[in-house]
Amino acid sequence: MVDRTGHVTSDRTSSNAYWSANVRIILISLAIWFACSFGLGIILRPALEGIMVGGADLGFWFAQQGSIYVFLVLIFVYAWRMNKLDREYGVDE
Amino acid sequence: MDQFTLNLIVVGITFAIYVGIAIWARAGSTAEFYAAGQGVHPVMNGMATGADWMSAASFISMAGIIALAPAGGYTQSAFLMGWTGGYVLLALLLAPYLRKFGKFTVPEFIGDRFYSGGARLLAVVCLIIISITYVIGQMRGVGVTFSRFLEVSTDMGLYIGAAIVFAYAVFGGMKGITYTQVAQYVVLIIAYTIPAIFISLALTGAFLPQLGLIGDYAPAGGDQAFLAKLDQVVTELGFTAYTADTPSMLNMFLFTMSLMIGTAGLPHVIIRFFTVPKVADARSSAGWALVFIALLYTVAPAVGSMARLNFTTTMWPGAVTGNALDQDAVSLDAIQNDPKLSWVRTWEQTGLLVLQDLNGDGKIQYFNDAKLAAENKAVEGATKALADARAANADAARITELEAALAAANEARIAKGAEVTVGGQTLAERGWVANEVVKVDNDIMVLANPEIAALPGWVIALVAAGALAAALSTAAGLLLAISSAISHDLIKGSINPNISEKGELLAARISMTFAIVISTWLGLNPPGFAAQVVALAFGLAAATIFPALMMGIFSKRVNKEGAILGMLVGLVFTSVYIFLYKGWFFIPGTEVYADVPANYFFGISPLSIGTIGAILNFAVAFAVSAVTKAPPRQVVELVESIRIPRGAGKATAH
Repeated sequence: MVDRTGHVTSDRTSSNAYWSANVRIILISLAIWFACSFGLGIILRPALEGIMVGGADLGFWFAQQGSIYVFLVLIFVYAWRMNKLDREYGVDE
Repeated sequence: MDQFTLNLIVVGITFAIYVGIAIWARAGSTAEFYAAGQGVHPVMNGMATGADWMSAASFISMAGIIALAPAGGYTQSAFLMGWTGGYVLLALLLAPYLRKFGKFTVPEFIGDRFYSGGARLLAVVCLIIISITYVIGQMRGVGVTFSRFLEVSTDMGLYIGAAIVFAYAVFGGMKGITYTQVAQYVVLIIAYTIPAIFISLALTGAFLPQLGLIGDYAPAGGDQAFLAKLDQVVTELGFTAYTADTPSMLNMFLFTMSLMIGTAGLPHVIIRFFTVPKVADARSSAGWALVFIALLYTVAPAVGSMARLNFTTTMWPGAVTGNALDQDAVSLDAIQNDPKLSWVRTWEQTGLLVLQDLNGDGKIQYFNDAKLAAENKAVEGATKALADARAANADAARITELEAALAAANEARIAKGAEVTVGGQTLAERGWVANEVVKVDNDIMVLANPEIAALPGWVIALVAAGALAAALSTAAGLLLAISSAISHDLIKGSINPNISEKGELLAARISMTFAIVISTWLGLNPPGFAAQVVALAFGLAAATIFPALMMGIFSKRVNKEGAILGMLVGLVFTSVYIFLYKGWFFIPGTEVYADVPANYFFGISPLSIGTIGAILNFAVAFAVSAVTKAPPRQVVELVESIRIPRGAGKATAH
C-alpha cells in the first residue's frame, strides 16, 4: 500500500503489480505507436501500394496524416487507462 | 488603408496583448518563475506547449521544406511523424514521472537520480548547447519576419522582438510565458489555417485542408485526385513526384526516430509538464499539446502541396486544366501586368523568388535542371567574378578576360542542353537554357499563400503576426530553460546553495536577461549554420537527455558512473559525426568528408545520427552500471516514489 505522501509503507507486491501493469500498458501503446508510423508509414509502404485512402496511397496517408491521428488517440487512451489503473491500486490523487 | 499600416496595426495589437499578459502574470516566487506555481490547467498547458513547440521553422518553413524537397514530399514526412510522435514518448515515458519528481529543471532530476553534481553539470552543458543553438534560429526568424512585413531592418526587428520577450519573460518567468504562449497559439493557428482553408476550397472544393489533400482536383472537373494531379504536373517538368518513394528507407526511419526521441528530450518542452497540478494532468496535457500541434501539422502537408501546385500552374498556365507543356510558359508581360500575379512581383522584390529570362524569349520556363548543376554553378561563379571585378574598378584587360570566361561558361551550359530532355525534347530543341526560376525559397509556400488565394489584407497582416508569435513563443520557452538551468542548477545547485528564495528569484531574472542578451547577439551575428542547427539540437537531445531521463525512471540499477559515461559518449559521438560532415563547430571548410550519401558510414546521414547516439548511450550506461556499484538505497526509494502518482502535490524547492 501507499500512504498519502507516496511512500511505499507495506505490501511491496501491490506496488510491483501496479508497476508491471503500467509497463504492460506502455509496451502495448508503444507497439501501436511504432506500427502506425514506422510500420505503415515507412517500412510497409511499398507492400501496401494500391490500397488508397481517397487520393493518397495508404502508406503515404499514414506518413502525412494517419499516424498523427493515431498518436492523438493513443495518448488519451493511455491517460484514461492509467487513471483507471491508479484508482484500482489506490495510488491516484 | 495600405498593407503596411494594416500589418503594423495587427502586429501592434498582438504585442500589446502579450505585454498586457506580462503585467497581469508577474511571478512572485521561484515556484511561479520556474513552473508557474504548478497551477496551470492541462488544456491551457497543452496550448502553451503547442506554441512553445511550434517554432519559426514549423510555421514559416516546414510546408515549403516538404513541398519543394528535391527527393519528393513523401520523404519529408519524417518531420511530420517525428515532431508529433515524440509527444507519445513524452506522455508514456517521461512527463508523468518527472511531474511526480516535482522539482523545477531537467538537470535537477538527473543530478538527484544519479546522485552526482557532475551528472547535473553535464546535463546543464547539454541543455545549454541544445537550447542556444535552437534559440538563434528563433531570433533570426523574428528579425526576418519584421523586415519582410514591417519595413524595418532585420537587426531592428531583432531588437524589437528581444524587447517584447524581455517584458514578459524576465518579469513573468514561466507564469508570464505560459499565458502569453496561450495567446500566441491562438494567433498562430488562425493565421496558419485561414489561408489553407481558402486554398483547399479553390483547388479541391474541400473545406478541411486535411480532406483536400486526399480529395479530387476541382479546376479540371474533379475526375483526377489532387495528389495525382500534382505528381503529373511536377514529373512532366522533370521534378521528382511528390508522393515518390524515399531514396533511403533506412535514413527516413532513423531520421524520424531521431526527431521523435529528440522531441521527447528537449528541455524546454519537458519543463512545460512541471507546470500542471497532478500526475494525471501531465498525461492528459501531453495529449492536449498534441491536439493543438496536430491542428497545424496535419494542415502543413496540404498547405505545402497545394502551394506547390499553385506555384507550378502559375508558371505553366496550361497545367491548370491539362498538361504543363500544352501551353507556353508564363510571360514576363503577364507577371508585370496581370493583377492576379501581383504576388509574384511582391516576392521577387524580397529576393525570396528570383526569375531570370535566360533565353530572352520573354517567358519564364520553370523545370528541373538538376542535370545542369555543374554548368549553372560555373555560370554563377563567372557572373560573380565579373561583377566583383567591375565593382573594384579592375583594369579593362581583366574585365575582358572575365567577360570571355562568362561567355564560355554560358556556351558550355547551352551545349550541355543538347543532352537534357524535358517532356521528350532536348533543351536545345526547345530553345531553353536552364530553369528560369533561379530561386524559390521554401518560406514562400506559407508566406505568399494569402496573396495567392487573393485573400484580404488583414489575413496577410495576420500571417505576419502568426510568424512572430511562433518565433517569440519558442524563443521565450528556450530562454526560460536556459535561465533556470543557470540560476537553479548552477547558482543554487553548486555555487551558492544557501541563496535565499528572494535572491534566487533575482538570480533567475538576471540569468534570463543574460540569456536574452546572448541570444540577441547571436541572432545579430549568426555563426552561419542556421540550417544545420536542427540536426545538432535534435541529435544531442536524442543522444544525451532522453536516454538519461528514461533510464533514470525505468531502471533502478543504472548508476552514476553509467549515466555520466553514457551521456558523454552520446554527446561526443553525435557531435563529432555531425561535425565530420558539416565542419568542426560548423566552421565552413573544416569538414572532413563532403556531405553526400556516398561518404556516410553505413549510409547513415548526419541528420539521422541521433538515433545511433541514443543507442550507444543506453548500451554504455547499462554495461558500465553492470560492473560498478549499484545506486544507494535512497535513490532506489526515489525511483519507487516517482513511479507512483499519489502525492505529487506542490513542487519543493529542495
